[in-house]
Amino acid sequence: MMVHHSASTPPRVGDRPGIRRALIGFVLIFGTLLVLAPLLVIFSQAFSLGLGHFAETISHPDTRHAIYLTVATALLAVPINTAFGIAAAWAITKFDFWGKRFLLIVIEIPFSVSPIVAGVAYLFVYGLQGLFGPALQAADVKVLFALPGIVLASMFVTAPFVARELIPLMQAQGRELEEAATSLGASGWRTFLTVTLPNIRWALLYGVVLCNARVMGEFGAVSVVSGKIRGQTNTLPLHVELLYHDYNTVGAFAAASILTVLALFTIIAKVLLERQGAGRAGRPALAANKVGT
Amino acid sequence: MKIVLENVVKEFNTFRAVRGVSLEIGSGELVALLGPSGSGKTTILRMVAGLEFADQGAIYFGDEDATNIPVRERGVGFVFQHYALFPHMTVGENIAFGMKVSKKARSKQEITDRVNDLLRLVKLEGLNDRFPSQISGGQKQRVALARALAVDPKVLLLDEPFGALDANVRHDLRRWLREIHDELGITTLFVTHDQEEALDLADRVVILDQGAIVQEGTPEQVCREPNSAFVMKFLGDTNRIAATAVNGVVDLPGARLTAPGVVDGPVDILARPGDLSWSATGEGIPVSVIRVIDRPEGRRFLVRTENGETLELDVPVSTRAASGDRGFVQVLQGNAYPRS
Repeated sequence: MMVHHSASTPPRVGDRPGIRRALIGFVLIFGTLLVLAPLLVIFSQAFSLGLGHFAETISHPDTRHAIYLTVATALLAVPINTAFGIAAAWAITKFDFWGKRFLLIVIEIPFSVSPIVAGVAYLFVYGLQGLFGPALQAADVKVLFALPGIVLASMFVTAPFVARELIPLMQAQGRELEEAATSLGASGWRTFLTVTLPNIRWALLYGVVLCNARVMGEFGAVSVVSGKIRGQTNTLPLHVELLYHDYNTVGAFAAASILTVLALFTIIAKVLLERQGAGRAGRPALAANKVGT
Repeated sequence: MKIVLENVVKEFNTFRAVRGVSLEIGSGELVALLGPSGSGKTTILRMVAGLEFADQGAIYFGDEDATNIPVRERGVGFVFQHYALFPHMTVGENIAFGMKVSKKARSKQEITDRVNDLLRLVKLEGLNDRFPSQISGGQKQRVALARALAVDPKVLLLDEPFGALDANVRHDLRRWLREIHDELGITTLFVTHDQEEALDLADRVVILDQGAIVQEGTPEQVCREPNSAFVMKFLGDTNRIAATAVNGVVDLPGARLTAPGVVDGPVDILARPGDLSWSATGEGIPVSVIRVIDRPEGRRFLVRTENGETLELDVPVSTRAASGDRGFVQVLQGNAYPRS
């Protein structure tokens, strides 16, 4: 039964009508001004000179290359970081070993380090004056100012995303399920595929989605290692900046709108995944509706 | 399959969880490892399963040295305290898991038939398509047992099998597990901290304390001849009465107990609540009643002696007393242990 608030029931803590209205109003106005309005401006500006101009900007070779580079970077960096994230989460939650806490801290470092620092660091490791620079040049391998450098910098920045989603969940799940599977005769690989993975899949997908969003949007680290060569090493975020500096406002907004659409897809995917119960066991909750059939 | 543990030692970091345990479990026997938390009972079970490895000593399955055989090849059925059912699989899929991953190829039909047989054995026909989150704790435990039995284990190992269930379900499942054991005749080792469960279910009880075996024997042996104050206290409610032994005899007010083999000096008399009797007048230890507790199976008095010690004694339900009443307690029977 619903209990209705009447004049005689005292409000719960922090639930007085005045405070409530003021707080909700403040958050709504602030959110609109800060987040929603600028996003709307992007689209209105992108289409301000008509659909034709928008299409022209998008189909410009430099923009197309930037889109290609961004997608290629994501296709390389996200799977590698996903594998790393699963391995790290597995190692930390299922094994006891010396240096476990240290590993946890290492995984978290990219969260607290400014991406530009990562970019500069890579510059010194792989640059011509850097550690491996001369050797790489001798072998004619281009890392900096090329796709490998962009992928490496993106990977550094997004290294924690998958592991961070998985570790709390896998810690809560413990080792019993894996022990049960092994005691029933399953191999390690089989146990991972049939027992571990299905129980972490929503959290894993969630981590992958977040990782992907960050890889596609990464600006700081990539801007250092890519060299920002127009039409060659410019990713979408860099391309937006470049167009903007060219006083091509509409072009900048058009490119930005593509990034925004990519981001919106990510947000929608995230919301859908959360509904599926990311971080919880997925199938039973869904299947609960089937009882009695 | 007979299981033999030979002087098994297990350390975690520097903590000695199991210190030199030797044990023999006969083929087809149902044995309980009983002890308080931290006594090493679960560690022993996990070593028998191959989920932990012994630092020293050996474990034999029949004549085979199984000490270093990994759990996957050891052929044991393990039932976990919290069931460890795979939450994303149905009851039927859970039970079939071991057969599906086994090296021995089975046809789909074979697996389905076996799953149905096992569901019948654990009395869960019709729950094949449910998920673990949709069944009760007692049902989950039975599914866990069916899953463990599906791979035809040589040995069945259960870790606190009824620990997470409420009292009525526990009682029924105990009887039922005993029936299944008698039907299948599979060598079974289970861990519990509940003495009633161990005595109720097992052919033989192994009592552990701080990583070592304190006493082992049939329920009758450990109940009637507890070899230490620890075993006596652990197996049930106990009263402690301070006394002095002289020439193998302990004199108490209104009672004289023989204590053969006990060294002269201060001793503790340990007696069950049923081994004390009450009288309003006459001989005995003078006490005053603190509380009267009524239970389905009888009435219990909580009394205080003049030294301030509290005693509990079971009296016939017709015996009446109120808080503050004075009376006397006679010790009918008790075991004397040197005071520690």
